[in-house]
Amino acid sequence: MSGHTVEKLAYMANQIARNLVHDDKPVMAVADHIVSFWTPRMIDMLIAQGSAGLDPVAVEAMARVADGRIPPPQTRATDPAVHGSDAG
Amino acid sequence: MGYERQADFGTPEVRSDTQVTCSIDGREVIVPVGTTVMRAAALTGGSIPKLCATDNLKQFGSCRLCLVEIDGMRGTPASCTTPVAEGMKVHTQTPHLQKLRKGVMELYISDHPLDCLTCSANNDCELQDQAAAVGLRDVRYGYEGENHLGAMPDISNPYFDFDPSKCIVCSRCVRACDEVQGTLALTIDGRGFGSKVSAGLASDSFLSSECVSCGACVQACPTATLQEKAVKEIGKPERAVVTTCAYCGVGCTFRAEMRGEQLVRMVPWKDGKANRGHSCVKGRFAWGYAQHQERILSPMIRESIDQPWREVSWEEALTYAAGQINRIRETYGRNALGGITSSRCTNEETFLVQKLIRAGFGTNNVDTCARVCHSPTGYGLKTTFGTSAGTQDFDSVEDSDVILVIGANPTDGHPVFASRMKRRLRQGARLIVIDPRRTDLVRSPHIAADYHLPLRPGTNVAILTAIAHVIVTESLANEAFIRERCDWDEYQHWAEFVSAERNSPEFLAPVIGVDPEAIRGAARLYATGGNGAIYYGLGVTEHSQGSSTVMAIANLAMATGNIGRRGVGVNPLRGQNNVQGACDMGSFPHELSGYRHVSDKATRDLFEAEWGVKIDPEPGLRIPNMLDAATDGQFKAIYIQGEDILQSDPDTKHVAAGLAAMECVIVHDLFLNETANYAHVFLPGSTFLEKNGTFTNAERRIQPVRKVMEPLNGYEDWQVTQELARAIGLDWNYTHPSEIMDEIARLTPTFTGVNYKRLDAEGSLQWPVNDKAPDGSPIMHIEGFVRGKGKFVVTDYVPTDERTGPRFPLLLTTGRILSQYNVGAQTRRTANVVWHEEDLLEIHPTDAENRGLKSGDWVKLASRSGETTLRALVTDRVAPGVVYTTFHHPATQANVVTTDYSDWATNCPEYKVTAVQITPSNGPTDWQEDYEAQATLSRRIVGHEGAMEPAE
Ligand code: SF4
Ligand code: SF4
Ligand code: SF4
Ligand code: FES
Repeated sequence: MSGHTVEKLAYMANQIARNLVHDDKPVMAVADHIVSFWTPRMIDMLIAQGSAGLDPVAVEAMARVADGRIPPPQTRATDPAVHGSDAG
Repeated sequence: MGYERQADFGTPEVRSDTQVTCSIDGREVIVPVGTTVMRAAALTGGSIPKLCATDNLKQFGSCRLCLVEIDGMRGTPASCTTPVAEGMKVHTQTPHLQKLRKGVMELYISDHPLDCLTCSANNDCELQDQAAAVGLRDVRYGYEGENHLGAMPDISNPYFDFDPSKCIVCSRCVRACDEVQGTLALTIDGRGFGSKVSAGLASDSFLSSECVSCGACVQACPTATLQEKAVKEIGKPERAVVTTCAYCGVGCTFRAEMRGEQLVRMVPWKDGKANRGHSCVKGRFAWGYAQHQERILSPMIRESIDQPWREVSWEEALTYAAGQINRIRETYGRNALGGITSSRCTNEETFLVQKLIRAGFGTNNVDTCARVCHSPTGYGLKTTFGTSAGTQDFDSVEDSDVILVIGANPTDGHPVFASRMKRRLRQGARLIVIDPRRTDLVRSPHIAADYHLPLRPGTNVAILTAIAHVIVTESLANEAFIRERCDWDEYQHWAEFVSAERNSPEFLAPVIGVDPEAIRGAARLYATGGNGAIYYGLGVTEHSQGSSTVMAIANLAMATGNIGRRGVGVNPLRGQNNVQGACDMGSFPHELSGYRHVSDKATRDLFEAEWGVKIDPEPGLRIPNMLDAATDGQFKAIYIQGEDILQSDPDTKHVAAGLAAMECVIVHDLFLNETANYAHVFLPGSTFLEKNGTFTNAERRIQPVRKVMEPLNGYEDWQVTQELARAIGLDWNYTHPSEIMDEIARLTPTFTGVNYKRLDAEGSLQWPVNDKAPDGSPIMHIEGFVRGKGKFVVTDYVPTDERTGPRFPLLLTTGRILSQYNVGAQTRRTANVVWHEEDLLEIHPTDAENRGLKSGDWVKLASRSGETTLRALVTDRVAPGVVYTTFHHPATQANVVTTDYSDWATNCPEYKVTAVQITPSNGPTDWQEDYEAQATLSRRIVGHEGAMEPAE
């Protein structure tokens, strides 16, 4: 496991958090985003490294993911029902 | 099918709800009011002689060959300029008319060389046809008088010649350049007999003039005056097949005009709904790469990349590749495997590649090059509109009143759409351009942008939020529309956010670098100027806030009610020919075709039943994550179809390290591209001329690609993928791509009504095509958003972490130019190089002066990722503090300097902003030299020593 990759994952999580902070429920939005687009291995790597270097919202979101408290879809981009929509 | 020119109705189609009836030589015809007598006659199957008229140009009435007699009307009016009136009785063939026409023809012919038998246009010349049609038998005027027969041809353009001795001064070429292309490069100099066609100044040749080599004038010319060089060399075509351009997302359709197995010329198809009979230099002329000597036709393998390639049989190559895939899966597990689909390949090929990876390799590690260009479009539009594609067809621009172009350079990137947009702008539509660089669109003949907002690279979200601020705080929002179609609470939340003082143009001006009054003016114009349409490109998506920018654009369109009818909408201009299709086909690691997430059980059930395998419910790796995993030793093998990630993806050194760490890299392409320097298996690809399939353009238009010649390598690309699948043990038995499309239609709700039979009959279909939209969907969201309400999303400006500082004080942004295409693998192998021999660095005069630089100097371009050298071009097109370059040539390696920052939502790389320093230099950097040495070594092929020139 390379330090470079984990650093990048932490950076990505923070970036997602910064862009979703205006969402109604930012922690849920971040957790939902990560679960929808990351592979389990990427998620495990970030959980394993702990909260070092993570923004508060990202820390909470990762804690949720680690506990398996996966939120329901928070945006249409992560909602399988929309993915199945007739308009793509 | 024999060879025939496409029918020419003489004058353009007129749209009107009112019809009129007339009789032409006794034949009744009903036509829309405003239709000319000439067109009406052609519609009834007649043919009035003509020279200066052709149906993609406005009527001109100069040649006087098309005279007719009309009952109750005096004289002999020109049929091309006379509109049909109710009850009109027209006579097109009378002895009197014949005599008049013969006289006109005689004058033309007396100044025309009579070398028809040896002329390259023999049998394909309108002058010849019309001389025959009017029954010309002899010419009373000799050649003794003054004539133009000795005029010297201009052969400067690499694709067509201009031979003025054959010119009849009909001005069709001039009008084509003005009306169709919009470049206005040609003029008729002088008057009367002395008049002649010329490209700009007297000293100009076609090559040195403003001409962009679109070929519209060549297509319009009725004689051999302007003619493709290929026709002279090869001869007249003998059959034609309609197919789709494989370069950009406009998706022009062409008649590929063939002589035997040889392509003579590509002529834009007038019935093509994307291009309406026009094209650019790439599609019309730049297909020579298909026969280029560097094309690899034999499969090759090697155990390690320091060895030379060994040419082997298909069977050996596929067995070797399959052995490696199976070995790696057994040793490291299925998630050590993956693949990349291509936006250059057909829908069917792309679908098969992702099927091979999901069903055969057993992993969702599949991604596409759309990752690096339009992935934020999918995310952003789906979040706001509920669908992930553009909302309009190209025709829609004809009804736009205000056109806002942001982060796109259509005259270079999407030339044929740009021509259509420019035509609308010349008719008076208003224009707003948001771009750090003064693109050609900002000021071109008869067009001037009302606002050009030259923002600092990386501040798109800030400027769009400032525009929203003006719209909301000055009460310019369309509240009725919002209440009806959008979520009102979300709108209010958003409106409150954008209204905050910190989002005003005045507050943000120092960040954006644009005069706040100009931002206010642009906002007012967009909100109140009538039908407002937004067009955007990679300058929007390739940023760390690419997805936010797309959502900010969607917010603006919803707030002003500019959605759901002709003339408005949000329109991503897609880069490559099949970016839209590659996304639709399920190339992303988290979703199956039709944008359905792999976690959705119902969707997986559907695919599992059809494919007979289990599908992993977890998303796979994206391209950048694959490369990270490779350097971590977790990702070992990749199958890459039609994609050159080493040249096109950011941070070249990281890509190279990732590839080098893999045990089996399979490249399936036309040429030994840069990625192939790190490959172990090379599978030769086929060109778009050699395969059947479909491409989907930026309008969601699915169009047929038809095989016009046999694949030189022996197989179409989908066949190669199928063979690889069989070699690893899958039982695939497709015999034609139509069967793949049928499978796509069975599995994808938006494609249920798509099949080859319909595509052949209707020419093209715009998805969704299903029970709800049986005829397809040119414009989306007409009655309201297709799914639920439009959603406003707060897009807070988060500055990129890529910042300038003392070491790297300038901002680099990248783009492309008309004559070259992306990484240039194709266009660099055509005569298009005359327009772009190398990538240049554009730098503002002030920045150049500070560094003692002038145009033509070698400069070193350095960022924290790496450095490269190229030559400078000093120009005020770029603002002080900003530099710009293209990335068409591998020797430049512009991506050596780009960083690994990316869009927060989709990891689309931030190509458009890199902090750099520019210093004088005297030649290539060490990296460039090492790279070149590695590439030369890596391209060796056993048995071809010495014969193989290094490709670049
Ligand atoms: S070059 Fe051809 S199109 Fe142009 S004026 Fe001469 S004959 Fe007409
Ligand atoms: S090739 Fe195109 S741009 Fe050049 S002169 Fe002809 S119409 Fe104009
Ligand atoms: S505009 Fe695009 S699709 Fe049309 S000819 Fe040019 S490259 Fe091909
Ligand atoms: S075709 Fe009508 S005047 Fe030339």
